[in-house]
Amino acid sequence: MLDTSNRTEEIMKSVAIIGGGVAGMEAAARLSKCGHAVTIIERNEQLGGRLNQWHALFPARKPALPLLMSLKQGISDGVNVIINAHITGIEKNEDGFAIMLNKNRVVTANTLLLTTGFDIFEAERKEEYGYGIYDNVITSVDLEQVFRSGKPIQTAGGKTPKRIGFVHCVGSRDEKAGNLHCSKVCCVTAVKQAIEVKEMLPSSEVFLYYMDLRMFGRHFEELYKEAQFKHSIQFIRARLSEAFENPDGSLQIRIEDTLLAKPLKMSLDMLVLMVGIQPPKKAGNILDMLKLERDTDGFVLQEDQYVSPFKTKIPGLYCAGGVTGPKTIEETLTEARAVAAEISEYLGRRRINYAGQEQYVMEL
Amino acid sequence: MKFDLFVLPFTLGVIFLLGYLGYKYATWFRGLNKSDRSKVISGFFSVRLFRAVNEIIMESLLHRNIFRRNRLLGFMHMSLAFGWFLLIAIGNLESRVYEPTSMNLPYVPIFFKFFNANPDAFPLHRVFSFTMDLLLLLVLGGVALAFLKRFFSKAYGMKRTTRLMLGDRLALTTLWLIFPLRLLAESFTSAVYGGGDFLTGTFGSFLGSFLPAANLYYPAWWAYSLSLGVFFLALPFSRYMHIPTEVVLILSRHFGLAEHAERTPFTEVEINSCSRCGVCLDACQLSFAGGVQNIQSTYQLKSIRYNSIQPTESFGCNMCGRCDNVCPVGIDISGIRMITRNELNGKVPDVSFAEQSMPHAHKSDVIYFAGCMTHQTPSIKKAMVSLLETAGVNYWFMDEWGGLCCGRPMMLAGHKAQADIMIEKNRKLIIESGARILVTSCPICYKVFAKEYNLNIRVMHHTQYLLELAESHKIRPGHLAGNAVYHDPCELSRDIKVYEEPRKLLGKMVQVKSNEFEKDNALCCGNSLANLSADNDIRRKVTEDAYIKMNASGSQYLVTSCPMCKKAFEKVADVEVKDIAELVVRSMQKSRSPVKASGLKVAHPVEVIAG
Amino acid sequence: MINFGYKIQADRQVDYDAGNHRIFDFVRKSEPSIDWCMSCGTCASACTASASTEYSLCRLILNARRGMEDEILKSVYRCRFCGKCINACPRGVNTRNIVYLMQLAVTKISKHEI
Repeated sequence: MLDTSNRTEEIMKSVAIIGGGVAGMEAAARLSKCGHAVTIIERNEQLGGRLNQWHALFPARKPALPLLMSLKQGISDGVNVIINAHITGIEKNEDGFAIMLNKNRVVTANTLLLTTGFDIFEAERKEEYGYGIYDNVITSVDLEQVFRSGKPIQTAGGKTPKRIGFVHCVGSRDEKAGNLHCSKVCCVTAVKQAIEVKEMLPSSEVFLYYMDLRMFGRHFEELYKEAQFKHSIQFIRARLSEAFENPDGSLQIRIEDTLLAKPLKMSLDMLVLMVGIQPPKKAGNILDMLKLERDTDGFVLQEDQYVSPFKTKIPGLYCAGGVTGPKTIEETLTEARAVAAEISEYLGRRRINYAGQEQYVMEL
Repeated sequence: MKFDLFVLPFTLGVIFLLGYLGYKYATWFRGLNKSDRSKVISGFFSVRLFRAVNEIIMESLLHRNIFRRNRLLGFMHMSLAFGWFLLIAIGNLESRVYEPTSMNLPYVPIFFKFFNANPDAFPLHRVFSFTMDLLLLLVLGGVALAFLKRFFSKAYGMKRTTRLMLGDRLALTTLWLIFPLRLLAESFTSAVYGGGDFLTGTFGSFLGSFLPAANLYYPAWWAYSLSLGVFFLALPFSRYMHIPTEVVLILSRHFGLAEHAERTPFTEVEINSCSRCGVCLDACQLSFAGGVQNIQSTYQLKSIRYNSIQPTESFGCNMCGRCDNVCPVGIDISGIRMITRNELNGKVPDVSFAEQSMPHAHKSDVIYFAGCMTHQTPSIKKAMVSLLETAGVNYWFMDEWGGLCCGRPMMLAGHKAQADIMIEKNRKLIIESGARILVTSCPICYKVFAKEYNLNIRVMHHTQYLLELAESHKIRPGHLAGNAVYHDPCELSRDIKVYEEPRKLLGKMVQVKSNEFEKDNALCCGNSLANLSADNDIRRKVTEDAYIKMNASGSQYLVTSCPMCKKAFEKVADVEVKDIAELVVRSMQKSRSPVKASGLKVAHPVEVIAG
Repeated sequence: MINFGYKIQADRQVDYDAGNHRIFDFVRKSEPSIDWCMSCGTCASACTASASTEYSLCRLILNARRGMEDEILKSVYRCRFCGKCINACPRGVNTRNIVYLMQLAVTKISKHEI
């Protein structure tokens, strides 16, 4: 590991992190602790990324706020944070990277870590589900905002919904939506949100329409069972084709109950679309500036999924978190710590080589 | 009597051909149903005959339609057909002027130069031999062009040329040989006996300068006669059957014959009238954009003619009607394709739709029928409902909960009998409602309602109805910024030609940008329901190509009036794709208060991605 | 016969070995996308026919996979070819062609061609 007693100001190595979400903040904290000069470049006004939108986290349904606070705490000492930053160009030079920002600012760093995250599927694109057309069709993100606001759940007409349906795989596992991959987190999020809805509205009926229930993580299955035995949430193996709107604004759905092998119709007061995770489009220009290759699913191509998952083709450039595919927060945090260790090792070796042989030896 | 053995191949060929054609056409005539037969008989004694003759001259001889589409190709066909026709006609005149009294057997004018090698002292002989040489040159020019076309089709602006059958090869080879051999025979004769004009005379003396013309001229006449004879023998079994049959087709069409749901002799006439000119190949989007090269109309007609049709050839077509539109012979290709699809399916087990539950008819003035596809584009459905409400129309939303189908997709899939059952059920409902107008959002439904339902009420596509509502000020479309490209859905163009209403309605809201690929030349969006075989890849290629060709990038909107087209273009477009009804609603909202915002919906999540 | 108040039922198991998979094989030859189906049921939920007739493409494909020809015969001609399923399918299966080819296979079987 790094020999900190040898460190001097002149050879302190620097890391720039683009994207101050969960992965970026956690990696920054770790790298900073290892004695590197870390700068987080964040596009928005505040750090936290997607975590800002979330009320509680699966599977334990812990509130998101404490985690956000602890991440912020981790970078409170010694990490540079540039907010409202817009990247206009990135140059690769012998020393590392020069990142040009708006207002003529330049950040230089020996290594660059991309934690730009993912995009969320635009539910309007699945027009047949009626998002943006029917008033009582909302997304999982919208619902989480309602939880955060602390307001009661109400239909567009201001009534308390009696029946709420959750549609899984909206924009995931769907070639027509351009995303063949599974977004991984929506199944368990749907179960979590269903339970939350039931807790807020105990007399309501909640239905989940799923293709497959992918309860892969630790305690996920328990959450699924809790939804059943504690809250009588109903799981129907079906995938919605289209929603109809009743004159009173409630919804009518017709699905194929594939386990019963029969079509089933039911009315709902509210429909929640579990929008999936998709490759970044907005941050795409950064990837293009760096000429980063995309994998077949549109996420950034890892050098090797097993051996070097954080490395890219460019020496000194690392990726972690949602930019390389859908991940849970737990996985993202793990990746952030791992990539911090890897970057530290890379910078440390360079330093020794520099001191010993007076030249750069770039590690591939 | 003028006779030589070498005239036999030609004479026998002609006798066989005329006998065969007479038999064939008589069989077809007998196979017509009663009303069609009487149409033909009365047609011969009406003014329609003159119109038909006029078209025969313009098309069969002058090939005006091909000429309009492609000058070089048109000239090739014209020089061959009209040149040959004049050769025969003027040749006959020549031999009659020369020997007005003697018996003039049909072969004499054909081999005139053999029997009258140097016809001096006959009036106007200079004029005749000059004319005949000129005509021969014209035809030879046509042959040369045809020869070049087979090997350099690109020069004709054609991307593809038709593939040949074995029978065609024989006919084609002999056809190419006929006129060069005639040139040789006449030139050798002129070398020996004199005579001949600028072409045969000059060429004859040139050939005579180094070839033993006296020994060669007789074999040349044999070869000429043989090539004619073989050509006539092969003609009925080759694509050149189109030459005589096109005349029959033009006559029948003028007499009022058309395709029915099943195959009739008229179908046979149409199939045999295809000259395989290949114009339809270049019009086909599946060919130039989709990379599919086996379903095009000319191949389809050929396969039907030779009874070798494969299901994929028939079912892999978008039936956009672009080939119908360009076919110089005017064959009802889509009609034939429908017949073929039904024939290929044959009689299917009777699992009718009898058990289908139907909604109850509601008394109303207007029926709104969204159509299956519109249920997958609820924005169109909702726009229509809100416009009908705004206009205060007393309407019944017939397929509000889906589950009803107009029947056209079944017809397109070659199940006319089953489609008819469904059509009858729907028809009863429509009549029961007492509505005066049937409005639909789907061009596919519109076409079948208008053409197959025999409704005594007005059938309108929503573009037409909304325009009417706007013109009677029941709805007031406002003005929107920007311009729009309008895409004509196949089912509203070519065959039915709903062109003006959507443009007029759209013009009230935005500036409409026109482009080359509209109206009759409109492109299929690639999502056609008529195509059963094409996979997503082919469909997408067609969509992308069509989108680029319409040049909509840079406009505010790509507007269409079909849910299928909307869905197709949305996948590839970099501009907003809207149905015309959605745009009307938007324009009205802009000019009024904003839309009622949802109580629950929150502002869209902040983008938290750096960069 | 004496009525004992019960009768012996026919074996209700799907006998995979006794099934005939020729329809599935025939379809797959020209339309490989039949293999992509994951039985999610979106096609059936979009289906214009399914509400009022015993028809489900999702089940048809399963029946073909399991070699249950009788089941296919019962419903394969009920499709209306409206095309909603092809828009709905998340796997990009060429649904209508599958129905068409199944119908073709049934015809061919009746003609003893397959």
